[in-house]
Amino acid sequence: MRLDLNGAKVDIAAPPMKRLLDVLREQCALTGTKEGCGEGECGACTVLVDGRPVNSCLVPFAQVKGCKVVTIEGLDSRLKEVFAREGGAQCGFCTPGMIVAAAALRKGGDVRAGLAGNLCRCTGYTAIFRALNP
Amino acid sequence: MTELLEPRSLREALAMMRRDALTPIAGCTDIYVGLHFGTLSAKRFINLWDLKELRGIKLKGDVLVLGALTTYSELIESRLVNRRLPMLVAASREVGGPQIQNRGTIGGNIANASPAGDSLPVLAVAEASIVLKSADGARRIAFNDFYTGYRKTVMRPDELITALEIPPVEGRQWFWKVGTRAAQAISKVVMAAVRSERTRIALGSVAPTVVRLPKTEAAIGISVEKAQRALREEIKPIDDIRSTAVYRLRVACNLLARFWRETS
Repeated sequence: MRLDLNGAKVDIAAPPMKRLLDVLREQCALTGTKEGCGEGECGACTVLVDGRPVNSCLVPFAQVKGCKVVTIEGLDSRLKEVFAREGGAQCGFCTPGMIVAAAALRKGGDVRAGLAGNLCRCTGYTAIFRALNP
Repeated sequence: MTELLEPRSLREALAMMRRDALTPIAGCTDIYVGLHFGTLSAKRFINLWDLKELRGIKLKGDVLVLGALTTYSELIESRLVNRRLPMLVAASREVGGPQIQNRGTIGGNIANASPAGDSLPVLAVAEASIVLKSADGARRIAFNDFYTGYRKTVMRPDELITALEIPPVEGRQWFWKVGTRAAQAISKVVMAAVRSERTRIALGSVAPTVVRLPKTEAAIGISVEKAQRALREEIKPIDDIRSTAVYRLRVACNLLARFWRETS
């Protein structure tokens, strides 16, 4: 099945109901995308599909046919640097999902609403919020 | 082994639904939770996500028509929905977070038939119609006749929800969801209401299905206290993992007062 993955045209053979998350981690070696809750609550597995953040644990592989998929590995370093500078990570497990969700924020959009689907159990969110509101 | 059928048109999908016992999938925000945790036993699925016939927000005369695959994000972003049905926009904003809003669909919320579905009280007070299609043709069911019991509906196994039809809503619209936190939480109590000459009130998470409250609606024109007494007789909430019956009853009464105050 053909799709655009991090800017490259790829052809991947995987069962249609396999979770996009598992295809990325197991077949594409893109292990930056994390599995947290596995039920769409935590946002650790967030990737962009056609520019919109989605939980890759809830997306059947068949539904990204012909789509543009961007994972944490496909983002430029700008957001990663501001997160690092502000200390927007502690254990780091939520960080890839947090950064991918942040990459989809619209200019002037509400950061809290934009990141409402991403849970972090250690930072207390303040440093993450600061990284995105310089 | 799970199997996924991938129809290229609605017609093809309906023919497949007629031939086999299939579980439809679209945004998968409910289905994939059940599938991953082994609580869903279905093995054969049909992918509706790519069916263009089930998308789109438009006006047909003065009726707002929402394709079954309309996502919460599309509802939030639609000027037409913001103008006509702001309470549906308010409900959509409180479904999950952006990731869920980008995939979850209004048709899925209806078909999933959870008593806690956030959009359902809105559709109940908007007096929407659900368009069901099968290989035999279409039929329309009033939203308030759709659910027959806990997670039970009048849908036949070969039918699909294709659209919602929502007539103009006169009066002031109001929506409130009470949950553990603003995002990502399933509601403890959820209320939608319209204040007009014919005030309409619906609650979620307080009964086996979403419920309209005819006695409460009739009483609130007299006084809020009378309406609260009617409400206490009209709903029978339960204790579960999310809340208690006592809390739900009290909060439902408070929401009623708040609705009346905020729309005066």
